Amino acid sequence: MESRVIEAMLPYMKSSYGNPSSLHVFGQEAKRAVEEARAKVAGLINAEKKESIIFTSGATESNNLAIKGVVNRNKDRGNRVLTSSVEHMSVVNPCKFLTTKGFEVVFVPVDKYGFLNLESLQKELTDKTVLVSIVYANGEIGTIEPIKEISKIVHAKNAYLHVDATAACGQIPVDVKNEGIDLLTISSNDMYGPRGLGALYIKEGVRFEPLLHGGGQERGLRSGTENVAAIVGFGEAAEIAKKEMQTESARLTRLRDMFIDGLLKPIPYSFLNGHPTTRLPDNVSVRYSFIEGESMLLSLDMMGVYASSGSACTAKTLEPSHVLLAIGLKHEEAHGSLMFTLGRNNTEEDVDYAASLMPDIVKRLRGMSPLTPKELKT
Amino acid sequence: MYTEKVMEHFKNPRNVGEIPDADGVGTVGNPVCGDLMTIYIKVKDNRLVDIKFKTFGCGSAIATSSMITELAKGKTLEEGLKITRANVADELGGLPAIKMHCSNLAADALHAAIKIIIRSMEKGEMSKNEATVCPL
Repeated sequence: MESRVIEAMLPYMKSSYGNPSSLHVFGQEAKRAVEEARAKVAGLINAEKKESIIFTSGATESNNLAIKGVVNRNKDRGNRVLTSSVEHMSVVNPCKFLTTKGFEVVFVPVDKYGFLNLESLQKELTDKTVLVSIVYANGEIGTIEPIKEISKIVHAKNAYLHVDATAACGQIPVDVKNEGIDLLTISSNDMYGPRGLGALYIKEGVRFEPLLHGGGQERGLRSGTENVAAIVGFGEAAEIAKKEMQTESARLTRLRDMFIDGLLKPIPYSFLNGHPTTRLPDNVSVRYSFIEGESMLLSLDMMGVYASSGSACTAKTLEPSHVLLAIGLKHEEAHGSLMFTLGRNNTEEDVDYAASLMPDIVKRLRGMSPLTPKELKT
Repeated sequence: MYTEKVMEHFKNPRNVGEIPDADGVGTVGNPVCGDLMTIYIKVKDNRLVDIKFKTFGCGSAIATSSMITELAKGKTLEEGLKITRANVADELGGLPAIKMHCSNLAADALHAAIKIIIRSMEKGEMSKNEATVCPL
């Protein structure tokens, strides 16, 4: 976690431990802190007012709350939900669950970069469609979706637009007013805030119902005593992200492009996943033919470089990443994927070092692989 | 996630390569599933005098391939057939539960290679043969 965030949280764990619902001095102090944090999170996404922000336990809850909260309240309008084929599992699985409850769900395809197919979206949007849920920017391949265009299409049919901005918020400008977003998922730990906290932006006037019923906190939309310290940390993280976004995203974009070059140029049969420029500043996703991702991760890990992969061998399901399959990769291509996330602490030396390790790792693993073509065996 | 023994075999795999004049070759797995391994064996006087492997797959796929070459080298064909997936996993100090099926195919590849030799010996000949077995 960012140390400035920890500092901001400490008083609310040590001395000021009031319950924001209490009327006494400590309670009111906590309430003030929560409302300040709410204003900071609202500021990050240019929400019209802070009351549109509901704190949750994280992006998974926010996505569940957005999807179920809208469809359950709007059954009288229709039962159709559209989403994309490259969503996070916390959107995919609630949508699949809805199909067992009488809803129709369509996973709209994407192109080879991961951009939503807008013609398919238009075609699938019927009068019965109540909600469209689309990721702002893909956490696996970094592709940034054309949200403003999507919003126009969705609103022309009077459906609601939910956007999962977990990977985007804090990194690139997100503006719910300008882009026409009805509901937006935000994650705290994706912007150096504490884990176990997220938020859902709900535009005023959206017909909505809660998942958690109880003491009526968060305007009755998410009951449960507020995690004050974590909320304060989230607010601090949002404020820092907003203040430093312009310089930090420019710095990361430069590092990202250097890193991608360093990973791909010296190695034949290596490819970039996602779009070269319309992508998150921190996302580097590549793939190497004839070898498997987990064995690359292990090799990097031994050298102090930490990455992840869309290979089945790193997944609990033994299936390769659905995102990589959705952009048209074959299973064996998806197995060879490697993903790095750059951060605030990464430097040019870091990416140079990581890239310098890859030729030997790839050569060693290709030397062992029965799939490697003869021309590479030198 | 992996034992030290698995990591050691992953870092320094034994007997990587091909045997151009192998007596038996066994291939199991499928690149679509993320694991593919080929075992090459050379037999003299009913013994596995040389054994090599080529593997596409995760850390445990590579480590189990390496381990089986160590376990099988010098053994008779019959002894080779008795080496099980469980033996390989045990010798490595265990494998994560999820890897027990998908990435522990080395014993199957060895058995496939040995069975080819036994079959051709029964026919009174011993020539290079290849078998492909799809697991699971």
